Amino acid sequence: MRGRPHLYVSYEAEQALVPTWTQRIGIVVLVVFLAVLIPLQVVPGLKFLGDSDWMTLLGLVAIFAIGALGLHILSGLGGQVSLGHAFFMGLGAYTAAVLGGESGSSLFGMGLPIWVWLPAAGVVAAIAGALVAPTAVRVRGIYLAIVTLGLVFIGEWLFINLGRVTGGSQSGRRFPDLELRMWGEEGEPLLDFTSDGKWFGVELTGEVKTYLLLLALVIIFAVLAKNIQRTRVGRAFMAIRDRDVAAEVMGVAEAKNKAIAFAISSFYAGVCGALWAAFIGRLIPEGFSLFLSVQFLAILLIGGLGTVTGTLLGAAFVTLLPRIVEDFTELLGSTAEGGGLFAPIADLFVATGLEDGGLISTLPGTSPGLTIFQMNLILYGLLLVVFLIFEPLGLFGIWIRIKNYWKSWPFTY
Amino acid sequence: MTALIVFAQVEPATAVDKFADATASGLALGAIYALLALGLVLIYKATQVLNFAHGALAALGAYFAAYFVVTLNFPGRYLEAVPLTMQWALSALFAVVLTAAVGYLVERLTIQPMIGEPLFAVVMITIALDIIIRTLTNDLIGQATRSLASPWGTDVVDFGAVTIAKTEIATIVVTLVTLALVAWFFRTRIGVAMRATAFDQEAAMAQGINAGRIFAIAWMIGAGLAALGGIFSSLFPRSGGVTVDQTAFFAFRALPAVIIGGLDSISGAVLGGFIVGLAEVYAGAYLIGETWSFLGVGFSRIWPYLVMMIVLLVRPYGLFGTEEIRRV
Repeated sequence: MRGRPHLYVSYEAEQALVPTWTQRIGIVVLVVFLAVLIPLQVVPGLKFLGDSDWMTLLGLVAIFAIGALGLHILSGLGGQVSLGHAFFMGLGAYTAAVLGGESGSSLFGMGLPIWVWLPAAGVVAAIAGALVAPTAVRVRGIYLAIVTLGLVFIGEWLFINLGRVTGGSQSGRRFPDLELRMWGEEGEPLLDFTSDGKWFGVELTGEVKTYLLLLALVIIFAVLAKNIQRTRVGRAFMAIRDRDVAAEVMGVAEAKNKAIAFAISSFYAGVCGALWAAFIGRLIPEGFSLFLSVQFLAILLIGGLGTVTGTLLGAAFVTLLPRIVEDFTELLGSTAEGGGLFAPIADLFVATGLEDGGLISTLPGTSPGLTIFQMNLILYGLLLVVFLIFEPLGLFGIWIRIKNYWKSWPFTY
Repeated sequence: MTALIVFAQVEPATAVDKFADATASGLALGAIYALLALGLVLIYKATQVLNFAHGALAALGAYFAAYFVVTLNFPGRYLEAVPLTMQWALSALFAVVLTAAVGYLVERLTIQPMIGEPLFAVVMITIALDIIIRTLTNDLIGQATRSLASPWGTDVVDFGAVTIAKTEIATIVVTLVTLALVAWFFRTRIGVAMRATAFDQEAAMAQGINAGRIFAIAWMIGAGLAALGGIFSSLFPRSGGVTVDQTAFFAFRALPAVIIGGLDSISGAVLGGFIVGLAEVYAGAYLIGETWSFLGVGFSRIWPYLVMMIVLLVRPYGLFGTEEIRRV
């Protein structure tokens, strides 16, 4: 079918994971770029991506992408608005902490290896999701959003009060290290993802190793999510999303499938929470707050609701946004101070001194104008509003539009 | 975060006294929740949007009040002869009106373009608004807590068994007056139009009602009620002044009130507000000591959510909510 990529002659061809050769080649190029070229710092102009701080950021992108894929299954495919993602992440994180963490005088910890605590984090969260489901499937729409919002608050109370597990409200606890061991053996682990060392004869920093691990995981989970979409269960989710009564009439068991969606989504959230906690190293129970849940909804909406590609794009965008704002403010600040043609314009936006007016402040502490952190939050909110009003399909919608434009270029249609 | 300032009081003599005391403060707390819930339901009923930015608007309103009372002393500085309570009430009123204007602006700019979009998107818009307004308010308030300098200060009235702060009495009185005003509003021309729009939007528009204007008015009133709730939640027994987190948390606890009552029921919202207020205070008063130590800290604050879930298990649309008719 060369030259006619949208002519499908069989159902299998239409349902294929990557239907066209362009996409197949594109994905291979992308994976090579992410897994080899970035860590080795060989792409001119993009070498900075291999630096430690950017590797950490990209690792965070991968972690958030895993969590967002989970919410994608529940909200994007199943159409159920959930604000409870942070709760399930917390459950996963603390399961990991109990199974994989070190025990202390006042802390539980069993010191089991990663291949136990990572899947267990997902499973425990999935079980909790299935337990919540009976309440959740009875309510719909806004009612569901608020029930799941209640879950976050109940979860926060639970985590704060389970001091033996979570380390309590003030101090938090350390989470297990990202390292692969067979079973509790002493000394060097089999694979260490956090400290510098040689892999396949190449000297890599700890950050790069962590990033590679997370990249591998996100690829696995993305393919899994895409495949769920193509199965009977995935189609049932979409049928319920599009019209629940119609789906039920056609024999799709609504309650059962919603419960499955909750369980799968919570599994992803649990794994994401465990990885996040292990990645950060130390977290207080208040870390699993409503804002975290909102962040995942934002990823879905900015990326494009209902598509795996959009979810991944959204995760990258939302996670990298603070860094971009920070760099941009720094640039503005140095432009304002350095003089030159653009200095007056930059000075309008940035406050560099106590007496200086401006929208953003580069000074720490109390100063006129917004801090970078506040600016981040506001931009984040504004972006959400703008995307929802002007581009409801998100980044994925923009991508589709660009694609369609070039498809018929130079003709308008 | 939202530590209630507990009265330095002696343990009430009898169980009846203790119960009466808890009931009184529960009603006062419930009045604040009722105000916040009322605003939420009003907006929801008219526009089918649940306003997650309610807490942020409440905090903004409380900040406006603090700004008018303390920083500007407006309109108090022109009204020296008027009693202090009256001056304060006028400042608060100005704050409410200003917040209502913000509500109007927010509706025009962000909610109006979203009419007809899926629920998910509109919910997200209000969450985004919450983030924006909250951050801006935080910046306006600054590091310190802003005092509201209420004329009642920390005075309490002693009714024998029941000790109740003057601000709490004021809260209850203002809530009752507001409820009466809202009831009156629904009998005015605009109020009838709003009820008609809530009942059947298309039919209302066919009768010549400007639905867009009704939406804007609903948001104005909702934001005004949020400001009122925000102001009274920042007064003496609850808090020492205006902080964003505290007020926002108050609004989040008004959500279970709304759900318990039923999202589209005005009387349900008020009842739900009082149920949540009483439940919270009773839990704080009775679920303490050795027996209940397993509940840990902060249980009285999440307890409304548990009540909400139990209610929803029995009645998925709250106590007075209309059941949604689902069609293929």
